[in-house]
Amino acid sequence: MAEPRSAVVAEGLRKRYGDTEALAGLDLRVPAGTVHGLLGPNGAGKTTAVRVLTTLARPDGGRAWVAGHDVVREAGEVRRRIGLVGQHAAVDEVLGGRQNLVMFGRLYHLGAREARRRADELLERFRLTDAAGRPAGEYSGGVRRRLDLAASMILAPPVLFLDEPTTGLDPRGRNEVWDAVRALVDGGTTVLLTTQYLEEADRLASGISVIDRGRVIAEGTPDQLRGRLGGDRIEVVLDDPGALAEAAAVIGRVAAGEVDVDADALRVGAPVTGRAAALTAAVRALDEAGVEVADIGLRRPTLDEVFLHLTERKEVPA
Amino acid sequence: MSARALRWAVADGWTLTGRALAHWRRRPGQIAVGLLFPVMVVLMMGYLFGGQMDVPGGGSYRAFIVPGMFALTMAFGVEETFVRVAGDAARGVTDRFRTMPMSPSAAVVGRAAADMIYAVAGLAVMAACGVLIGWRVEGGAARALAGFGLLLLLRFSLVWTGVYLGLTAKGPESVVAVQILVWPIGFLSSALVAPSTMPGWLGAVAEWNPMSSTVTACRELFGAPAAGDSWAAQHSVLMAVVWPLVIAAVFVPLSVRRYRAMGR
Repeated sequence: MAEPRSAVVAEGLRKRYGDTEALAGLDLRVPAGTVHGLLGPNGAGKTTAVRVLTTLARPDGGRAWVAGHDVVREAGEVRRRIGLVGQHAAVDEVLGGRQNLVMFGRLYHLGAREARRRADELLERFRLTDAAGRPAGEYSGGVRRRLDLAASMILAPPVLFLDEPTTGLDPRGRNEVWDAVRALVDGGTTVLLTTQYLEEADRLASGISVIDRGRVIAEGTPDQLRGRLGGDRIEVVLDDPGALAEAAAVIGRVAAGEVDVDADALRVGAPVTGRAAALTAAVRALDEAGVEVADIGLRRPTLDEVFLHLTERKEVPA
Repeated sequence: MSARALRWAVADGWTLTGRALAHWRRRPGQIAVGLLFPVMVVLMMGYLFGGQMDVPGGGSYRAFIVPGMFALTMAFGVEETFVRVAGDAARGVTDRFRTMPMSPSAAVVGRAAADMIYAVAGLAVMAACGVLIGWRVEGGAARALAGFGLLLLLRFSLVWTGVYLGLTAKGPESVVAVQILVWPIGFLSSALVAPSTMPGWLGAVAEWNPMSSTVTACRELFGAPAAGDSWAAQHSVLMAVVWPLVIAAVFVPLSVRRYRAMGR
């Protein structure tokens, strides 16, 4: 065991599929009892990382421990301590919700009575009691995902893996899943969550690892990652496309970093330090330069901006 | 394998057999259609085409095709195995099983047990239908049971074909491809017509079709022999044991390898 307080540890994980290096030396450390977000674009290696950590795939190199056990050498021990909610709602669609939970309980080697008791407990906890008798195939996306979560929680595993748990769900279903995940974390479960939605990581995760091309390219709390873009940003929206270049030059003089110009939205943005002073200076300088402004303001960068910045897949600057 | 591991292999396998049985309780209509489909084929062949058919060695065509239809029912079973295995793999259920501390063989053990129960039910329905249209067992109960044993042996070997194809396919929708495979293989046999009536080379292929061995052996054991002249037909009971063993010897290792490859 690498460190007692880390629920998930990965050191230099490598995994290759044909010509694609899905994991290129992935390092990861998730403190016990936290939600950690694994953030990255499609094909970044998120799902491969989860497959290795949940014993579904063997790494080509590197090592990993989950709940203190090596995922390759002690796969059986790991399986007793994890739950996985994959991209499909992996439940039996013909059977009812309760039948599903009892079946999975039996496969987790609970006795018949214990499996039924645990099923009822989980149905109540995940607010599935009303749907318990209906075939899972008839559930809405959010409800099915909750059943999926419940099935993963039968042994109350200390570590839960969620691979894009809200992909394909409507906003209501997404909220349902988020509520369920928050409740689990309140109960002490460590959650490793992969997502493409920055909003999701922002809402749920206390730590985020941004991964791209199979390795971690940035790590920290959502606030720390925002800080890497220079904190606050000033944004100016214009009416006249002809004034974009002039506005960009003016903003460049008050900015603390690179100026982004979005020609389609007629918007100029840049990181600044010193909130009020920067805003005042920008307004004055724009006025002196004779640039007419439709809107101007300060705001915190979104994780999307952080993400695009880090992965260098910015929209083409004007 | 330790005694403990073996006990869980049986217990977990049985849990998954129970899952299949629960499916049948939930969808009795689907099961009824599945069981009655071969009956429909027999009635269609027997009453629609039967009038023009001459059975080698005499006897009624309807009685002739009943053992053939038993074997075809076993062959069609591949589709059921395939759909279930491919469905679980495509929907992430197989992956869920693989992250659980359950016996790794349970999924296949449970599938095989469920498919065999279904095969017995299918044979029972077919036999009842056969008796109604004039098929009789004339070689004694022991020989008849041996015949049914050979049919189930064929089905058991085909479970593994279904498992392998199911793990290899992209999804359960590919069942159409399996049907395209199963139907010609099923019909290019002695199940519904005597290979002696086919063009020479086609007849030879049909005589050596594993399906034919089981069908010919069953006709023999049920007391209405209709064997052709080929070595395979003359030794049908032997071949009806050998062929399923060969099929299993090919598809068991392939399935195991395919299942392990999911971890790569």
